[in-house]
Amino acid sequence: MNASADISAWLAEQESKELLRFITCGSVDDGKSTLIGRLLYDTRQLFDDQLAALEADSKRHGTQGEKMDFALLVDGLSAEREQGITIDVAYRFFASDKRKYIVADTPGHEQYTRNMVTGASTADLAVLLVDARKGVLTQTRRHSYLAQLMGIRHFVLAVTKMDLVDYDQAAFDAISADYRAFADQIGIADWVAIPVSGLTGENVAARGAAMGWHDGPTLLEQLDTVPLDAAADAPKSFRMPVQWVNRPNQDFRGFSGQIASGAIGPGAEVRVLPSGRVTRVERIITADGDLDEAAAGQSVTLTLADQVDCSRGDVIAAAGDPPQAADQFEATIVWMADDELVPGRGYWLKLGTQMVTATVQQPKYEVNVNTLEHLAAPSLQLNSIGIAEIATDREIVFEPYAAEGSSPNRALGGFILIDKLTNATVACGMLHFALRRSLNIHRQHLDVSRETHAALKGQKPAVLWFTGLSGAGKSTIANLVEKKLVASGRHTFLLDGDNVRHGLNRDLGFTETDRIENIRRVGEVARLMADSGLIVLTAFISPFCAEREMVRAMLPEGEFIEVFVDTPLAEAEKRDAKGLYAKARAGELKNFTGIDSPYEAPEAPEIRIDTTQLTAEQAAEAIVEELAKRR
Amino acid sequence: MRQLTHLDRLEAESIHILRETVAEADRPVMLYSIGKDSSVMLHLAKKAFFPGPLPFPLLHVDTTWKFREMYAARDKVAADPAIRLIVYTNPEAVTQGINPFDHGPLHTDMWKTEGLKQALDQHGFDAAFGGARRDEEKSRAKERIFSFRDRNHRWDPKRQRPELWALYNVRKAKGESIRVFPLSNWTELDVWQYILREKIEIVPLYFAAERPTVTRDGLILMVDDDRFPLDREKVEMRRVRFRTLGCYPLSGAIESEAASVEAIIAEMLVSTSSEREGRAIDRDGGSASMEKKKQEGYF
Repeated sequence: MNASADISAWLAEQESKELLRFITCGSVDDGKSTLIGRLLYDTRQLFDDQLAALEADSKRHGTQGEKMDFALLVDGLSAEREQGITIDVAYRFFASDKRKYIVADTPGHEQYTRNMVTGASTADLAVLLVDARKGVLTQTRRHSYLAQLMGIRHFVLAVTKMDLVDYDQAAFDAISADYRAFADQIGIADWVAIPVSGLTGENVAARGAAMGWHDGPTLLEQLDTVPLDAAADAPKSFRMPVQWVNRPNQDFRGFSGQIASGAIGPGAEVRVLPSGRVTRVERIITADGDLDEAAAGQSVTLTLADQVDCSRGDVIAAAGDPPQAADQFEATIVWMADDELVPGRGYWLKLGTQMVTATVQQPKYEVNVNTLEHLAAPSLQLNSIGIAEIATDREIVFEPYAAEGSSPNRALGGFILIDKLTNATVACGMLHFALRRSLNIHRQHLDVSRETHAALKGQKPAVLWFTGLSGAGKSTIANLVEKKLVASGRHTFLLDGDNVRHGLNRDLGFTETDRIENIRRVGEVARLMADSGLIVLTAFISPFCAEREMVRAMLPEGEFIEVFVDTPLAEAEKRDAKGLYAKARAGELKNFTGIDSPYEAPEAPEIRIDTTQLTAEQAAEAIVEELAKRR
Repeated sequence: MRQLTHLDRLEAESIHILRETVAEADRPVMLYSIGKDSSVMLHLAKKAFFPGPLPFPLLHVDTTWKFREMYAARDKVAADPAIRLIVYTNPEAVTQGINPFDHGPLHTDMWKTEGLKQALDQHGFDAAFGGARRDEEKSRAKERIFSFRDRNHRWDPKRQRPELWALYNVRKAKGESIRVFPLSNWTELDVWQYILREKIEIVPLYFAAERPTVTRDGLILMVDDDRFPLDREKVEMRRVRFRTLGCYPLSGAIESEAASVEAIIAEMLVSTSSEREGRAIDRDGGSASMEKKKQEGYF
């Protein structure tokens, strides 16, 4: 054959192909993997050696008798093959004559919902699988809701295993009607139901004789013709989160990033956020030469006409229509970790290229994804979805995730939360809007700086943060340290746990959430005092690493000095000066640290005091010495 | 506005991944295996950081058993003054004379898996780019783009971090590391189309030529040097090429006439076997072979 001419024509055709990403979801036995295996097979994405391996595997683990078990092809992990289930989201690739496809095959059972959310976050369309024998299940509703929540606007209801109900049209119609009621309820407008059999391939890529009554599209026809979000969207304004500053030498300073929305050309006026400085785009630089225009989806490097301050985390946006910046939001949160949400605790929040510390308030409500009811919830557990307020420690540039009548603002509206200790991704979320109070409160600029305050007192401010079990000796030692410091002419203040709880924090109890709020307030007070130049001493059990780290992050580097008063539980309990351990053991005191509430010892405190080796006086002496070294 | 093509989108995504890693990791490195995927990945990296130089070195974990043409190609890449190449060979494997003829699976384990772990530890690299693609193999299809490894470089498929949107969690504790796969969403065909479009130079072994070969266990193997122990076999000249490259005694060739990228693509379109078919390494341990290797720290 004339390979070169044929292949050139074919390649040209390939170049113009569009890309559609979709997810498949359904419950465990709905036959997702079988359907995907069928799509790959019918679009000739399977090779002989893969088919040979599949045949061998089908005989060994297969559930289809003599027929090939396509599920074995996509269930890639050992545990999945052994248990005949899909655990993790898997990505598959195939192409039709019109489009190329990336498929996220997502698991159906509840404990792996987080993987479905993952798959949905990048998809334009969802294929929901329903077993013709079982009809619309709780999971079908959950997955519809989740997919819609993640911004998917196109749905296919694939009624599978039609071969097992004798291709009965009435069974299909009943399921279709059942789903319509639910789709109307949650506002899914664009959906189509298709009766299929993954096993025989009927209505997957081709029609067959068995379901001549179906006059709608086949699955592949629907995938080939659904309008693509990017093309169907109304024009959006230019936004590019800055990923990386390209500075190979003194003469060049480029801002690299992937354009989130809109288009830009040289000369266009842009605003750098959050600073708000306005300048113009000078050049759009790529390795293939400068561009006259760049648009959403492209990874580029911009140079700006003026020397403006701009770094990773900033957003370059259309000057006339910039996004908002705020530090308090309402958001939908999907919790994805075994450890539940701790309201008030600081988590890393990553949105676009911005990374900040964020705290989540107690949820306003949790959504029951089966009934869509709003339920009161003190926290969020694995796989629960809640609406809550979020506060960040500095302003972030954002857009509401959901956009009326167009695809969602994924790049500037979606975020993840990361546990600061384990570094696990514990949640994802979608921002709704900024709380009005966050837009109206501006920091007052003060003429007398913290440096002035400190200079006036002739000292370097510090926060000596004493942590340890109840009865460890925190207050005793802190008292002695303060006396010594005052004796040497230092300006100090001691914040004691018990005293603060009589005043500032008398509204707080001893639940995990209240304990975190207690520490947050004390941290803020300590910070204000350090700003005024004082050496602050605090004596609080402060049992959680995350909160101590939260306070550390509030202060300039080096000013937070963690003092671990290390007294073993048995020793503290033996002393029991206030009789609290006895009460806790008797069950009269709940949430008592060391008894029925954990104490997370500091891993690397600035100062560690072993009270079984040192007297309180020796301990105080050691701390004052250590502090002197840090001057 | 110009509509972005499939390749444009893949390129933009890969560049985003490369930049994100460099922005957030302390000591990134690019695993360079000299194959076509590595060549594409390197090309993308040059684009991502243009006009600056590559902000990380390349690391070749050598087994001493690669094709001679691969070493030549590697040295040519390393001749570019803007590129820093680190070559690492596991000294234990050198001492013990580990080779693919006598040591079977141990060859891969010692040279590649152990060698890679040693090299990463020695240099303190906390993020390593690899050219693996999800369409290559079943367990790869389930791996994240940013794939977290514990202190012992182990991959735990059941504890993968959820990866949403284009938001990658690059945070880790000291000693832990991340393998980053910028080509995750590319297919073999995409790679070839991109090589054609961008005119990327690849090792000539991918193109058909007369080469000295023997057949063993159904594989056509190239007798690339005199370390190949011949068992009364006759070396025959065959017109062959390679779909994937590794250690020459473990890389199966296919008989082919394809001497250009276009011809390779044309051959691929009518091909009936997957590219990994020629890799002896995948055959040890049955269908879960790659997953097991990955858990042990293999790329």
